Amino acid sequence: MATATSQDAVMLSPADTRDLPPPQRPKARVRSPFCRAAGLGLAAAARLLAGASARWIASQPDTCQRVYFANHTSHLDALVIWASLPQSVREVTRPVAAKDYWTSGLVRRWLAEEVFDAILIDRTDIKVHQSPVDLMLREAGNSCSLIVFPEGGRSVSGEIGEFKSGLYYLAKKRPDLELIPVHIDNLNRVLPRGEFLPVPLLSCISFGPPLWLERGEAKLDFLARARRAVMALKE
Amino acid sequence: MTDNRTIALVAGVLVLLTAATAVGQFLKRHPDRGLDPAAVRTFNSRLRGWWILCTVLAAAFWLGTTATVVLFGLVSFWALREFITLTPTRKGDHRALFWVFFAFTPLHYVLVGLDRYDVFSVFLPVYATLFVLARVAFAGDYKRFLERTAKIQAGLVVCVYCLSFAPALLALPLPGAGKGGGNFRLLFFLILLVQFADCMQYVWSRMLGQRLVAPSVSSNRTWEGLLGSATSTSLLAAALWWAAPPFQLWQATLAGFVVAVMGFAGGMTMSAIKRDRGVKDYGTLVVGHGGVLDRIDSMCFAAPVFYHITLLVTGIRP
Repeated sequence: MATATSQDAVMLSPADTRDLPPPQRPKARVRSPFCRAAGLGLAAAARLLAGASARWIASQPDTCQRVYFANHTSHLDALVIWASLPQSVREVTRPVAAKDYWTSGLVRRWLAEEVFDAILIDRTDIKVHQSPVDLMLREAGNSCSLIVFPEGGRSVSGEIGEFKSGLYYLAKKRPDLELIPVHIDNLNRVLPRGEFLPVPLLSCISFGPPLWLERGEAKLDFLARARRAVMALKE
Repeated sequence: MTDNRTIALVAGVLVLLTAATAVGQFLKRHPDRGLDPAAVRTFNSRLRGWWILCTVLAAAFWLGTTATVVLFGLVSFWALREFITLTPTRKGDHRALFWVFFAFTPLHYVLVGLDRYDVFSVFLPVYATLFVLARVAFAGDYKRFLERTAKIQAGLVVCVYCLSFAPALLALPLPGAGKGGGNFRLLFFLILLVQFADCMQYVWSRMLGQRLVAPSVSSNRTWEGLLGSATSTSLLAAALWWAAPPFQLWQATLAGFVVAVMGFAGGMTMSAIKRDRGVKDYGTLVVGHGGVLDRIDSMCFAAPVFYHITLLVTGIRP
């Protein structure tokens, strides 16, 4: 039922979406106390290991429904952003992560599915009728926030790559969501591409002021603006 | 552990800190005394730092040698974190860095805790150095090879090896003092001198400072500051010589002089590194992390020299 609602919303223009009843979250996720405790422990461990400090620049943590979009440098990114949020916000925030990485191995799978409740996207099997954006919106329902990486993959050079169009369609289908730019600094040195053992350096997660898709804004203009918003947090 | 000299030292420090705090609070409440409010703020925040330092040290000393060694180990670990974060490394250094953080640093402090001077005095400078060189070579990235390995070694030596000589003082067999109280007093003596020298350097530079040592490196460290700090620290060390068990009067004075000079050198060195990387202090590098390296730079330089001077002038063998 909920699926149908959000699929319908997809077909409509942004202006019409507001008149519809908000899409429902598919299932209320009740996690066991053990998984909740593991979540707290994992968040603390991730913050400690990555030496992560969170900066909120012209922005405040809030439990309202948001999309956090960040530059992607390391497998730890989603975990550390999630861990840097205050606990009440963390409860309603679900990272969007690569299925191939987070389902290989029992521990990773358990962490992704039970502890930080990730939305796993199959990068190798993207179909038109089952686009990742629809899946994300369906899973997010009307209460969950998302953490996404619009570059689509980890950058090799350390430069922030061009954003893929997913963020644009996300903003177009749900224009009510706050889009929060997030800049991740130094995490690629903690766990670089192709390494599996971390080095405990200090990293910094900066959250910027929200932005929205302007009425009639072209796709490329919006994506460039979003990318600039992430880069502006570098200082 | 609770002999008269320890009680006298603790009481003296408490009285001084309390008096200074009272003065600081008075100046804060009466901003019309014609003093620079910024200076008063700095003074008060420094005092807060000293209260924290003394509380943490007292707790560690009360818990014993192992707790103190672990405390210094954690400080080293955090300082090394800041050092390497500030230093650009390449991907080829990653594996070497992993072992540096999770094997060499903890193992070194285990050796310090086990009182194995014969092993820990060569473990980092020789074996860790060889390992880092070889591991980076094995990783196959030869770009600026010497520069990269030298940075990792410098971090290890300054943040871990040098600092560990402070808790290593706890294992020295001091004549007549018995193991325990005397050693903790000796360590506290060192920490007190380092803090005092830092403070005096600032005061003398502000009051009489004319000739900067190296304007491009530090805009507030002057020759007058160095001289004044060395003199006042020597005098304090002489006044407190009774608190440091193995020393005679002249030995304590010499230790005070050397600690002040080395502490100054440590501050200059860290300033040079920070200037090169274009940051003001390690604390602002990552917001919310206190800048441990800013606090311990003088200690890192003073500790090994103080340790070896103690061996040299008293004839104690570790």
